[in-house]
Amino acid sequence: MYNFEYNRPASLDDALKALSSGEEVKLMAGGQTLIPTLKQRLAQPSKVVDLSGIAELKGITVEGNAVVIGAMTTHATVAASAEVKAKIPALANLAHGIGDPQVRNRGTLGGSISNNDPAADYPAALMALGATVHTNKRQLAAEDFFAGMFTTALEEDEILTKVSFPVPEKAAYAKFAQPASRYALVGVFVAKTSGGVRVAVTGAGEDGVFRVSDFEAALSKNFAASALDGITVPADGLNTDIHGAADYRAHLIGVMAKRAVQAAG
Amino acid sequence: MSATGIGASVRRKEDLRFLTGRGNYTDDINRPGQTHAYILRSPHAHAKINAIDISAAQAAPGVIAIFTGKDMAADALGGLPCGWQIHSRDGSPMKEPGHPALVVDRVRHVGDQVAVVIAESLGQAKDAAELIEVDYAPLPAIAHPGKALAGAAPQVWDEAPGNLCYDWIIGDEAEVDAVLKGAHHVTRIELTNNRLIPNAMEPRAAVGEYDRSTGDYTLYTTSQNPHVIRLLMGAFVLHIPEHRLRVVAPDVGGGFGSKIYHYAEEAIVTWASAKINRPIKWTAERSESFMTDAHGRDHVTTAQLAMDKDGKFLAFKVDTIANMGAYLSTFAPCVPTYLYATLLAGVYKTPKIFANVRAVFTHTVPVDAYRGAGRPEATYLVERIVSQAAREMGLDQAELRRRNFIKREEFPYQTPVALVYDSGDPAGCLDKALKLADYAGFEARRKEAAARGKYRGIGFSTYVEACGIAPSAVVGSLGARAGLYECGQVRVHPTGSVTVFTGTHSHGQGHETTFAQLVSDKLGIPIENVDVVHGDTAKVPFGMGTYGSRSLAVGGVAIDRAMDKVIAKAKKIAAHLLEAAEADIVFENGEFSVAGTDRKKAFGEISLAAYVPHNYPITELEPGLEETAFFDPLNFSYPGGAHLCEVEIDPDTGVTEVVKFTAVDDFGRVINPMIVEGQVHGGLAQGIGQALLEACVYDEDGQLITGSFMDYTMPRADNLPNFSLDTHNVPAPDNPLGVKGCGEVGAIGSPPAVINAIIDALSPLGITAISMPATPPKVWQAIRSARPSVAAE
Ligand SMILES: Cc1cc2nc3c(=O)[nH]c(=O)nc-3n(C[C@H](O)[C@H](O)[C@H](O)COP(=O)(O)OP(=O)(O)OC[C@H]3O[C@@H](n4cnc5c(N)ncnc54)[C@H](O)[C@@H]3O)c2cc1C
Repeated sequence: MYNFEYNRPASLDDALKALSSGEEVKLMAGGQTLIPTLKQRLAQPSKVVDLSGIAELKGITVEGNAVVIGAMTTHATVAASAEVKAKIPALANLAHGIGDPQVRNRGTLGGSISNNDPAADYPAALMALGATVHTNKRQLAAEDFFAGMFTTALEEDEILTKVSFPVPEKAAYAKFAQPASRYALVGVFVAKTSGGVRVAVTGAGEDGVFRVSDFEAALSKNFAASALDGITVPADGLNTDIHGAADYRAHLIGVMAKRAVQAAG
Repeated sequence: MSATGIGASVRRKEDLRFLTGRGNYTDDINRPGQTHAYILRSPHAHAKINAIDISAAQAAPGVIAIFTGKDMAADALGGLPCGWQIHSRDGSPMKEPGHPALVVDRVRHVGDQVAVVIAESLGQAKDAAELIEVDYAPLPAIAHPGKALAGAAPQVWDEAPGNLCYDWIIGDEAEVDAVLKGAHHVTRIELTNNRLIPNAMEPRAAVGEYDRSTGDYTLYTTSQNPHVIRLLMGAFVLHIPEHRLRVVAPDVGGGFGSKIYHYAEEAIVTWASAKINRPIKWTAERSESFMTDAHGRDHVTTAQLAMDKDGKFLAFKVDTIANMGAYLSTFAPCVPTYLYATLLAGVYKTPKIFANVRAVFTHTVPVDAYRGAGRPEATYLVERIVSQAAREMGLDQAELRRRNFIKREEFPYQTPVALVYDSGDPAGCLDKALKLADYAGFEARRKEAAARGKYRGIGFSTYVEACGIAPSAVVGSLGARAGLYECGQVRVHPTGSVTVFTGTHSHGQGHETTFAQLVSDKLGIPIENVDVVHGDTAKVPFGMGTYGSRSLAVGGVAIDRAMDKVIAKAKKIAAHLLEAAEADIVFENGEFSVAGTDRKKAFGEISLAAYVPHNYPITELEPGLEETAFFDPLNFSYPGGAHLCEVEIDPDTGVTEVVKFTAVDDFGRVINPMIVEGQVHGGLAQGIGQALLEACVYDEDGQLITGSFMDYTMPRADNLPNFSLDTHNVPAPDNPLGVKGCGEVGAIGSPPAVINAIIDALSPLGITAISMPATPPKVWQAIRSARPSVAAE
């Protein structure tokens, strides 16, 4: 780890001020990705701004037909939240399946999606549920927020504040964990919403999370696992690594999608 | 049986300190004036070093010194020695290239040591290391053992043409070939034994300290055998005599073999501490552990098993290529030879065996003994080919094995590959395991699973292994450059409490409890009054350390022998105090009495008399009560057993779940059943891990792909079922305590049981082989190739 200045502002405004101070600033949520990156000397910020002191970035509320979760809300909090369990149980399940207890107690929704690891779980939920990402200066549809592997629409001086998840009719997330890291090798989030069925896949795509329109069309007609029989996802554009080739991932997308549909009931 | 004696499941005395964070590990040790070392390592698998420029780094804040291989060479230091010499079939000694602690002009694997930066803080050392400019000329590399012998393969060493370290044989090839030719049936197999990364929980660490007032050196290190390190480093590398060098291996958090060896960092910090006249600490980061701890296994093998029409084994022929890595680690050469091929008889009466083992150099981390060391590789091969033979012969797995088992009454049994098994009962173990596993009900379970869309299979492994690594004369005749006895010292204090000094080393095995039980049992004193000391060459007279499941079978006996001497002397003291003839003194339950009378003295009274010899046979006997024994056994120790694994495979994903695992093992005599069970659990986790999850992967260029836990899959609790365990103990006649080793059997017996279960599950599809680790994509691919329509949906 290189030396850096450490800041822990108590308000969003102070955080934004620190961000625009012209230095190499890194925001820190739970540090679950940032700290290992610093320890491996892969990043050399001059200043780290810890967001954990900002109360307005934390918490879960139900607003109309949406569950709104603050950027600094930990995975453990989401997993245990009565509101989330009641409104979008699939989301609570997803959060419960991230990493291990230590990671869930530190890792945050905002950190996860800002990082946009192509194998992270949350991006699938945001895309399938049609979530809206709020920052200090704008609102973005999930589709417009994720911009490829480890890349988002966030600008240098922008802080993600909360995510608003519309409550679906039914939804489920089926994750096939990469055996070593236990991130998603393939994770499929299926949501039946008033506007139709949305299916989002994480872990498999070279450019991160993506939707499967053929699955969505079939499931919109008939929300049953059997509706997916015979529909395949092409292996082009999917990852190949020691944990599975693209054709295996393509196959698993079908298997996990069916399991998610079954779990959604 | 007393509550703390032999056979009692005494809770581990050491666990309180480990579980409450009070363990004292090497990295917990901080010496006054201590500095920190960071090792600059090669990012290349193979490269020539044109130049190293340290000038900018030397000027960096906090830097005390920077050394390269040239500095070590200038001090005429030796290279890291290899402790075992193998001879090729033509009589020539193995190729033994130099192994400098810091390389001079060429790097030979990713992670090879290029320079050491010593600074006031670790951060400063790392900052400075980034300023070192190494001018590398990258060269082509070879990582895969199966490709290393090919003519066009990049060469690791000029002195080892074709990358061949040795070409070793055991047995008579012509005889075996003749039998293969005329046999009723020959089963053939090709397999690899996957390369593993040990991943002890505690990374390696070393603190070197030079005392300029005495000229003495101290090395604190994460070692399984501090005396061996003192010998190897002192005599061969740094030229420091034993009385000037103390090696301390304090609490050590797991080794599995990887902490047997003498590593470069130990020599570097010890040597450099005198150069800079300050203590130096080095602790591996996890990524350094992945690329510098000696790896395990990595064999490529083809074999043939000849049978008569009844399935009786007639001959077995084996051809193995074993990866040594870039340098010969301390015991590497013996692992794929004398610890491997001598076990190729398994538990069977195969009359003729021939094996050819070619060890090869590659641009990878050295490979050496890892939990089981050679015996897992042998067992995997034997049990895979025997299971395949049963399928080809149309015989039940249990039946083919029974037809070939060495029977209980046939022990001691001389195998055709050098070993004499002292005892065992393979059929007894298997029968018990079949009952415990409800083998009779298996077909019903298979059907039930099929109804749920799962393939269920059962896999067998009936094994024996040779451990308790000792007979010095035997290992010496096979090329070991050291003896393998053990030392035990029993110091009875004036009030009758006891300190035991053992040359073995506990790094998870529970010696502080097991050895205390031996003492409590034999001397009849409370276990709280016994302390076990290990891991310090300044305290323990001598020792060869812990590996090869030798601690109890060799080290325990040494302690027992020392206690015999203590009792013999104590009897003389008691005879004097009780005014009786020595021959009439009986020692029982911690009391010395005169046979047939009620006159007696407690153990503590005798020890007090020994140290306060007012009324004492001083003309015949020295005061004091402390004895030392060295024990060198006449044979290895031969635990064995039967492991049965049941798996269910999900054809949709290729996921294999171990749903049932039964192990019935023969441990001779068990001192602490709970500790033994714990050892079996750990071994099974590693064995199942090897079969299903773990694989060290290098790419074609010799880059380590599985360089972190993000890609190297360690077994976790949820990968494992609840184990069904039992024992079928046949006391070891060749061991004075009747004990057999137990630390490695889980890792030895289980991998073939798992793979055989997968093959059994998939055999209805015509699948006859699957390689380790049987990962989901591999199993899915196998199913898809066998039944394209099912898996393609
Ligand atoms: C062992 C382990 C296992 C894991 N397993 C999983 C898994 O199974 N599934 C999964 O999905 N994830 C997994 N993760 C990731 C983890 O859940 C975290 O979500 C992720 O590491 C981000 O951590 P964090 O929230 O602490 O953010 P940090 O590490 O603090 O930050 C991550 C990045 O986001 C930026 N950032 C953070 N907050 C904001 C904000 N409000 N606005 C703008 N930028 C911001 C930071 O600057 C940084 O670049 C795992 C992590 C570990 C260490």
